[in-house]
Amino acid sequence: MTLGPQPDNAMLPHRVVMSARSMPGYAYGARSPIWWGTVGFAVAEGMGFAIAAAMYFYLVFINGNWPLSAPPPDLLWSSLFTVVLLASIWPNQRAKRDGEREDLASTRRNLVIMSLFGVVLLVIRVFEFGTLHVRWDQNAYGSVVWLLLSLHTLHVLTDLGDTIVLTVLMFTRHGHGKRFSDVGDNAFYWYFVVASWLPIYVIIYWFPRWW
Amino acid sequence: MSPDELRDDQVDGPELTARLAKTWGTDKGIIGALSTVDHKVIGRRFIATAILFLFLGGLSAILMRMQLALPENRLMGPDFYNQLFTMHGTTMMFLFGVPIGEAFAVYLVPLMVGTRNIAFPRLNAYAYYVYVFGGLLIWVAFVLNIGPDVGWFAYVPLSGPEYSPGKRADFWAQMITFTEVSGIAVAISVIVTVFKFRAPGMTLDRIPLFVWAELINSFVIIFALPAVVTASATLMMDRLVGTHFFNPAEGGDALLYQHLFWFFGHPEVYIIFLPATGWVSAIVVTFSRRQAFGYIALVLSLIATGFLSFGLWVHHMFTTGLPQLGASFFTASSMLIAIPNGIQIFCWIATLWDGRPVFRTPLLFIVGFFFIFVAGGLSGIMLASVPLDTQVHDTFFVVAHFHYVLIGGNVFPLIGAVYYWFPKFTGRMMSERLGKWHFWLAFIGFNATFFPMHILGLMGMPRRVYTYLPEMGWGSLNLFTSLGAALFFASFVLFLYNIVSSARRGAVAGPNPWNAGTLEWASASPPRPQNFDRIPVVTNREPLWAHRDDLPVVAGLSVENREQLVTTVTDARADLRETTPEPSIWPFIAAIATAILFIGSMFTPWALVWGSVPLALALMGWFWPKPSTEDER
Ligand code: HEM
Ligand SMILES: [Cu+2]
Repeated sequence: MTLGPQPDNAMLPHRVVMSARSMPGYAYGARSPIWWGTVGFAVAEGMGFAIAAAMYFYLVFINGNWPLSAPPPDLLWSSLFTVVLLASIWPNQRAKRDGEREDLASTRRNLVIMSLFGVVLLVIRVFEFGTLHVRWDQNAYGSVVWLLLSLHTLHVLTDLGDTIVLTVLMFTRHGHGKRFSDVGDNAFYWYFVVASWLPIYVIIYWFPRWW
Repeated sequence: MSPDELRDDQVDGPELTARLAKTWGTDKGIIGALSTVDHKVIGRRFIATAILFLFLGGLSAILMRMQLALPENRLMGPDFYNQLFTMHGTTMMFLFGVPIGEAFAVYLVPLMVGTRNIAFPRLNAYAYYVYVFGGLLIWVAFVLNIGPDVGWFAYVPLSGPEYSPGKRADFWAQMITFTEVSGIAVAISVIVTVFKFRAPGMTLDRIPLFVWAELINSFVIIFALPAVVTASATLMMDRLVGTHFFNPAEGGDALLYQHLFWFFGHPEVYIIFLPATGWVSAIVVTFSRRQAFGYIALVLSLIATGFLSFGLWVHHMFTTGLPQLGASFFTASSMLIAIPNGIQIFCWIATLWDGRPVFRTPLLFIVGFFFIFVAGGLSGIMLASVPLDTQVHDTFFVVAHFHYVLIGGNVFPLIGAVYYWFPKFTGRMMSERLGKWHFWLAFIGFNATFFPMHILGLMGMPRRVYTYLPEMGWGSLNLFTSLGAALFFASFVLFLYNIVSSARRGAVAGPNPWNAGTLEWASASPPRPQNFDRIPVVTNREPLWAHRDDLPVVAGLSVENREQLVTTVTDARADLRETTPEPSIWPFIAAIATAILFIGSMFTPWALVWGSVPLALALMGWFWPKPSTEDER
């Protein structure tokens, strides 16, 4: 056994024991690397949400009275937002399913519907910001509420951007093969956006009423 | 995929090597260099950049030690000293400590798990450029005398709008966000590489220990870094748009910042240490010439360390007046983490004991690591007890302790790792003779620098003071320490010389000069763009020891397209052939757009709005499929 320089050889002696010839070129869900990447980002961003929520309760704990000097935020637009968001689950699930079936026509339709949902949600969100009754620079309560709502809005915005690009791709000659698997991952990420909203909704809109 | 496309079961030998190198290669010229998605090219740059920051951090340390060498020294004033220790701490922790571990992962993990590239190569390239821009940002600010001066943790209210007007603290906060974005992106790439791109047969109990260490480390990063991003972003908002997160007058709280910071800051220590355990394991196994003693115990200790690292942040806040019960709990859990660390050290020593160790330079630095790290652990146990911590808090005792842990736990293993993998990186061996000199100089220089600091601390010398009075009697020990620091620094100069001269004139290494067992040594030195001509099949923890003359491999992947073999998560069964992205300039452009957005937002919140337009465009360019490769067929 030597420890020291050896001559270069391009490849170690080897023997072929397996063939990859017949393996597929892409797959859906947890079989595909990009799905794991999406989970990874959802975990890191979910951690960001969790930390922002922890900040909220820390400030509640420090201050005792809550929501400091502001009235609790209105429920109308936020609840509408929540309802529309929950309704989007249906077309989202269909986009995922039709994508997996590689059904181009209905995948296109579902993606257009999902893009419209995103736009409508953003419009509602703009009104929602107006009903918080507090500015971010009014006090710590205002700061943390704006932080939570902005963080979530950012996610709606990026997912919408992603969906629109994917929709456009599906209407060009790129609409085949691995792109269908991207549709599934996009749908998966949207579920993260939906799921992360529910606790934030309760925290921002209901908790101050119960406290 | 056309059926008549050339596959690697139709060609062999030098022709296969050459064709694959063409498929996986990077274009020449500056555009080619900026477009590369080869994990080895990015990894090499990453490692070099992190080491450059180690030097810059070391340079600022030397300046501090020059100032502290004599009582009432007039070399610099308090303002400049503040900037120095801020730059030193910030550079070492954020621009060297975290990135160096990830940099090694970027280079080595794909090779060690037997694949051709990292999971998300463009994301990986983007992460590197973002890191470089963040580092440049803060050092350029320092040189222009607008750099931060609020400590590497930038506690409020000192760093808040009231006490830090101007842009100094903003540079700090923004650089943090930059580097953490980069850190999270790399961590996700590494995790997915380990989950999905392991060579067939590399089941969980055959994953190299270094890869395990980087995997656990990536998880810690994903959970810890969002906290510091939140801290730096909210600090920025308090400063720029008048939020009140940390302002007690409006319902905010300064301690909230400390919680956020240390929720990250303590795991940070393990983010620095975990990759180092991977270096130690690899080197110990190779130079003992036997498999690791207690492989399962080592892996479980890594996992336990990952978990425990989150329970402990509060011990950085013992002197902030927390409830007594909390403090006791955190004392107990701080001490608990000594258990997995102890197990690891025991396993390494048992491996050496039972093997036939060969004391080449890499192993020497590991032995140095044992001594220094254990000493640092002992003073750490002392600090974990609240009464003692209250006593020596913010003295040089603490400075001594954490340098024993950080330099012992990261820098010594790192140097060992550089000597160990240098032949893989460059194809040439480093000089053994200079290596031995380097080791003794570093070991003696290190202890001469930092051991006396324990005594200075017990004598009451506070940290973060720019000078002290002669009457205190700290003069001679400080002089000794500063001379030691010069010696320590000299060892790095020798290191650099060894690197540069060996890269040009070192003995040619060949693929596996240390006769190691893991897969990176099955590639050429330096590896060709495709890493392996055929993907290995793993049947053993040390495949190259088990299959010296006939490594089992897979055939049937495309020769003309960048196909990677995708495997299943737990048992690594071959599952798919996925194409990975081609080189692209867009990640670089996206990083520039990110920099514009972040730097702009130091001056106006509107930068978040208009800055997102170029970023969105760059991202679209990045994700837009290339017509020729996928769709024309
Ligand atoms: C080249 C060897 C090094 C020397 C001579 C050195 C010296 C020093 C000194 C004298 C201080 C205390 C400044 C003061 O409190 O007045 C300090 C602080 C510090 N060092 Fe080092 N150091 C070295 C390497 C490192 C490394 C490798 C790391 C991390 C990986 C590191 C991390 C830190 C940190 C986090 C601080 C605290 C900064 C602060 O108080 O804000 N140092 N170092
Ligand atoms: Cu700690």
